[in-house]
Amino acid sequence: MQRTLYILLRNPMSMLGLLLVFIVVFSAIFADFIAPFPAHRGAVVDFANFNRAPEWPYIFGTDLVGRDIFTRIIYAFRISLMLGAVVLVIAVPIGVTIGLLAGYLGGWTEYVLMRLTDVFLSIPPLVLAMSIMGVLQPTLTNGMLAVTAMWWPWYTRLVYNITRSEKEEGYVLAAEVIGASRLHVMFREILPNCVPSILTKMTLDLGFVILIASSLSFLGLGVQPPTPDLGSMVAEGATYLPDSWWLTVFPGLAILVAVFGFNLVGDALRELLGADQ
Amino acid sequence: MTAPTLRISDLRLGFRRWAGTVEVLHGISMHIRKGERVALVGESGSGKSVTARIVLGLLQQVRSARISGLVEFEGQNLDTLSARDRARLRGTAMSMIFQDPTSSLNPVYTIGVQFHEVLRRRDPRLKMAEARQRAARALADVAIPNPDRVLDSYSFQLSGGMNQRVMIAMALANEPSLLLADEPGTALDVTVQAQTLRLMRDLVEEHDTSVLFISHNLGVVREFADRVYVIYKGRIVEHGPADSLFEDPRHPYTQALMRAVPRLTGGGIPDIEDVSEAYFAPLVVHEGCGEPEGAA
Amino acid sequence: MSPVLRLLAKRLVTSMIVLIGVSMLIFSIARVIPGDPARIALGPNATAEQVENLRERLHLNEPLPVQYGHFVADLARGDLGISLYTNRPVTRDIAQFLPATLELIFVAGLMMIVIGLPLGALSARYRHTWADNTIRMVSLLGVSAPAFVWAVILMLLFAYFLPIFPIAGRIANMHVVPSITGFLLVDTLVAGNLRAFGSAVSHIVLPAFALALSGIGQAARLTRSNMVETYDRPYIEMAQAYGFPERRIARRYAFRPSMIPSMTIIGLDFAAMLGNAFLVEAVFAWPGLSRYGVAAILRKDLNAIVGTVLCISALFLIVNIIVDLITAYINPRIRHSQRA
Repeated sequence: MQRTLYILLRNPMSMLGLLLVFIVVFSAIFADFIAPFPAHRGAVVDFANFNRAPEWPYIFGTDLVGRDIFTRIIYAFRISLMLGAVVLVIAVPIGVTIGLLAGYLGGWTEYVLMRLTDVFLSIPPLVLAMSIMGVLQPTLTNGMLAVTAMWWPWYTRLVYNITRSEKEEGYVLAAEVIGASRLHVMFREILPNCVPSILTKMTLDLGFVILIASSLSFLGLGVQPPTPDLGSMVAEGATYLPDSWWLTVFPGLAILVAVFGFNLVGDALRELLGADQ
Repeated sequence: MTAPTLRISDLRLGFRRWAGTVEVLHGISMHIRKGERVALVGESGSGKSVTARIVLGLLQQVRSARISGLVEFEGQNLDTLSARDRARLRGTAMSMIFQDPTSSLNPVYTIGVQFHEVLRRRDPRLKMAEARQRAARALADVAIPNPDRVLDSYSFQLSGGMNQRVMIAMALANEPSLLLADEPGTALDVTVQAQTLRLMRDLVEEHDTSVLFISHNLGVVREFADRVYVIYKGRIVEHGPADSLFEDPRHPYTQALMRAVPRLTGGGIPDIEDVSEAYFAPLVVHEGCGEPEGAA
Repeated sequence: MSPVLRLLAKRLVTSMIVLIGVSMLIFSIARVIPGDPARIALGPNATAEQVENLRERLHLNEPLPVQYGHFVADLARGDLGISLYTNRPVTRDIAQFLPATLELIFVAGLMMIVIGLPLGALSARYRHTWADNTIRMVSLLGVSAPAFVWAVILMLLFAYFLPIFPIAGRIANMHVVPSITGFLLVDTLVAGNLRAFGSAVSHIVLPAFALALSGIGQAARLTRSNMVETYDRPYIEMAQAYGFPERRIARRYAFRPSMIPSMTIIGLDFAAMLGNAFLVEAVFAWPGLSRYGVAAILRKDLNAIVGTVLCISALFLIVNIIVDLITAYINPRIRHSQRA
């Protein structure tokens, strides 16, 4: 524990990451208390104050119907974080299990499972999610479904590759020789060796799910208005460049800040895991 | 008398960690004369391997390492050499054999290509064809029956014993004056290990190569070494000719080590459970084995 | 047959199987569209009879497997059906829009490899120094924003604020270049029109860089971490024990083995680019396949959706086969494996 703290504190970048993640998570949870105009998260119109450049009390300016951009960014964080957590909780166990089965059992199991994975991996992630979203009604739940469908194969591929190489290692052979069951070998012998890679990928992916979800809504295929979403805010503002730059720049930077924070923490975690080995 | 091939005097090593410095070597002294085979024996973690890496100049590059003391190679203080000059000695005047031969060979190049690289350390303009001939001869010297096939193979296509022979051949290819052998062949099975060690002994005898032989296996050491240093927790505790030390171990730690030698298998790691006060008793030096004084 | 050829044959077969899988997947996704595609295509003013006719023609009244059978039979003749919106064969639409997208992705992929890999290698070679920290920070920033954010930022900075590059499009209007390959960078050179070539280059720099940024970061990070891991291998210490120069160790002993695990992911990064092109094309009004695809999805234009996704997937499979062949080339374990 002491050591963990030391490693985190020694590295200013991981401190910055923790700070950014804290800001994002904190503001998402306490959005109702922080946001200057909580009502602006919905379909509010205030034509008296529309399209204002940043000035007090609108520190990030207002959008085309007069809503406070700062408020909407904070509420957008809340939705993005929920989406990211749900997607990973569903996608990772599925992907990891399939990867272990395919890598360890081999033969037909491997062939069928890996071709199935290849099918999903052969459609660029965004395109797959877009197709699903295009077909389904664009709601938050469907958004999660679409992103989950594109996410699990990455874990399958990762775990599959590790399993294939670990399978040949001495400790696996040793376990097999003393008659350990296949389940035991897969989940107790091989899986622990995949955990560092999986964890690193998960922390990094929390940021990436936010990124992909915002891309979907940027194309008009994600969370629908009036629900605040960083991607659709950028899309709406893009036609008003360069004059109304605040419409796009602040939501864009908000994505960058959130994802950057998770990536920094992910990197720090990876270093910790690496140092423990 | 000419300078010994290697002379180490009061060598200390520590690693800076977050909780302060961890001392690994507490001032060890030893020497190896020309053509002599000297063993450094101890448990894992006693500081054997780091000693070899300091001699090679590899640990000096690690930023957290704190090194003091004298290391002299053929009368030359290694500390006064630049990193570049030290690098020049490696692979030419001194070379090393590692514990696990298979993972010490690069998996993406054939043995032939790696041999070429090693030979070019001494002769930078050496052509591949010429290198192949020399490598084939070197492989024949370590009793590899069809060198050409081995030269075209990758390490993962060869057996551990075969890779070990390749490593020995590579290590001796440039006729180094000092060979560092760090637990050679511990990853191999006992018969193969014994065979390759016999081969190595014959070769270094033939070339009059000095050897620093690092091992935890007393059975192997007894067969291989002229002189033995026993190291315990970063201190040399006993030092003497192999015969005399094995017949008459005087330091309590050496005695414990001998009792722990697994008699039947000859391999395996001696397992000394109790840490006794007596193990920290002062250095015992056998007759006629003192360290040479001052720079020769 | 050499192992590499055998690998190639095997990969072609599995790719075909995967492509069939993709077509089934995307076909079933497209057919569960709520609402009647025939009605959507004809608009609210069409009569029930017209709609029924179109349903008949599109085989919409038959069971899904039969519909798929028709689809495959048509596909075998190179017919992806008529776009319900443009009223032109989907294959023709794709042929028109694809080159612009390919050109963009190709340039971006090149940037990813030429910039990303050396950055990562440099970072690993000088690990834990300020150079390493800087490269890691920059590459992390690169992967921390979606391509459309980079596109907007780059556009603001280098097209509006400092007007170095054009804002949108593929080439200035005044240049008329005969279309031979559809790749403007090639066509302008073939036509010998250097000013048009310059215009095409200046138009592609910003979109390609916006598209490449996350790939560059990804490639640099991956190369670094794999290479740092390789630096811990015994054969690196052996190379050091033999006194090989650090540069040589970095190149031959650390970089090359570490590329084996990196290559797979770089192939997948290419896939991500095929998708991210949608975002960049939207910002820079790049007349490529992605805009066509998004429009198709928004209009629920069945044939166009299926055609676009199938085409992109086929492209991706081709890229992956190339990546596998390169991996086989650098990984002797595959080249010399009896099982390959």
